[in-house]
Amino acid sequence: MRDFLDMPDARTRHEQGLALSGISLSRNGTSLLNDITCALPPSGITAVMGPNGAGKSLLLRVAHGLIDADQGLVLWQGDAVTEEARKAQAMVFQKPVLLRRSVEANVDFALKVAGIRHPSLRDALLNRVGLKGRNKQPARLLSGGEQQRLALARALATSPKLLFLDEPTASLDPTSARVIEDILHEEREAGTKIVLVTHDVPQARRLADDVLFLTSGQLHCHQDAASFFQTPDSAEAARFLAGHILN
Amino acid sequence: MGDALHLAGQLVLSGDPDLWEIVLLSLRVSLIATLIACIIGLAIGSLLAVSQFRGRGAVLVVINALMGLPPVVVGLIVYLNLSRSGPLGFLGLLYTPTAMIIAQTILITPIIAALSRQILEDLNHEYAEQFRSFGLSRIGQMKALLWDGRFALLTVALAGFGRAVAEVGAVIIVGGNIDHLTRVMTTAIALETSKGDLPLALALGMILLTIALVVNGFVQSVRSTATRAAYA
Repeated sequence: MRDFLDMPDARTRHEQGLALSGISLSRNGTSLLNDITCALPPSGITAVMGPNGAGKSLLLRVAHGLIDADQGLVLWQGDAVTEEARKAQAMVFQKPVLLRRSVEANVDFALKVAGIRHPSLRDALLNRVGLKGRNKQPARLLSGGEQQRLALARALATSPKLLFLDEPTASLDPTSARVIEDILHEEREAGTKIVLVTHDVPQARRLADDVLFLTSGQLHCHQDAASFFQTPDSAEAARFLAGHILN
Repeated sequence: MGDALHLAGQLVLSGDPDLWEIVLLSLRVSLIATLIACIIGLAIGSLLAVSQFRGRGAVLVVINALMGLPPVVVGLIVYLNLSRSGPLGFLGLLYTPTAMIIAQTILITPIIAALSRQILEDLNHEYAEQFRSFGLSRIGQMKALLWDGRFALLTVALAGFGRAVAEVGAVIIVGGNIDHLTRVMTTAIALETSKGDLPLALALGMILLTIALVVNGFVQSVRSTATRAAYA
């Protein structure tokens, strides 16, 4: 923890935003995350990049508190991520997990859990993600892109301060991907901290303010996006950006 | 056999009051038992579906084993408890429909708990991360699973009702098969067959089968509709 707090700006970031300190996780003798330490800026979009199996999605789950790390600390605004703290966060999974209910009932569920009673909010959210007029449709009969947009609407229903997204546009049509990216831009402007796992280098260039780059459960570099795409600190990242296949 | 079937058909169509009294009592007892067993069994099933604790495996083994409870043993246990010298004898429930409801409830609660646990646990595997992300309480998870699993759980309730309405061993012990008081379809069929009165036994059998078909058809149709709407 001392090393972590010695990092430049770490103390400020640690107090204001999301900080990971010495996160390690292994399963069946295999190290999946290895001593990951970083302090993310309190605002903006952090892209988590790396090849398949790098541990990006796992890191996101640990950061959100869905999986407990074997070692290390996850701090959000200076405190450990408790059930209560998680209510100020939201996550959109790569494969949207929608309830077996109508479109509007899915959003209503999130609002109800958050204790929000504001009937017009649901319609505003659905309108925002381009699902206006689809309220009564069964959520699971929507297309993949629509399902992901609904999952995003549901995540935004609680006005999270920290939003995690695990490859939200993977295999989506360009229209749905565009809608999601536009909303992420808006959320960033509104001050929501966003942590986005993506494989998509052009998308990371469009969205990211800073980038975490992982391979094989190791954090290779954490840079602001402009310098990462220009001159990455890690040779692995440079090879990844050049289109090489990394193990 | 042909004559017996003909007479059975006449009994059903003529609205024989004795016959319909037995049918209605059977339905009342089994529906109430199913309702109570659903309340208890679904609560247990959903709690087990979202809970991890030491000894959970042993609890599941016990509940699964209880699905095969012998009705006569249940009848005997309820009888011993409700008989005048038993701990609950002061209630005066032996040989009443209430005693039969208690026996059937004990018989089918493990069925509903075990089957619902399996369905809800499968559903929870899908939802668990999202629920954790929402910061949903355990009670909240149970409620959400029960609601989203409602169409699949209809089949569970049907299995419980089927077991209850077709059961004879327990209800004959605690109900006594008393005419106009505790005589239900299964006990009446057993009695009339032993007396050689095949038309009444066959008529009751036909009605029992019809009820099973209608209830199954209804549940199947509800589930098909739900599946088409991706709600099941």
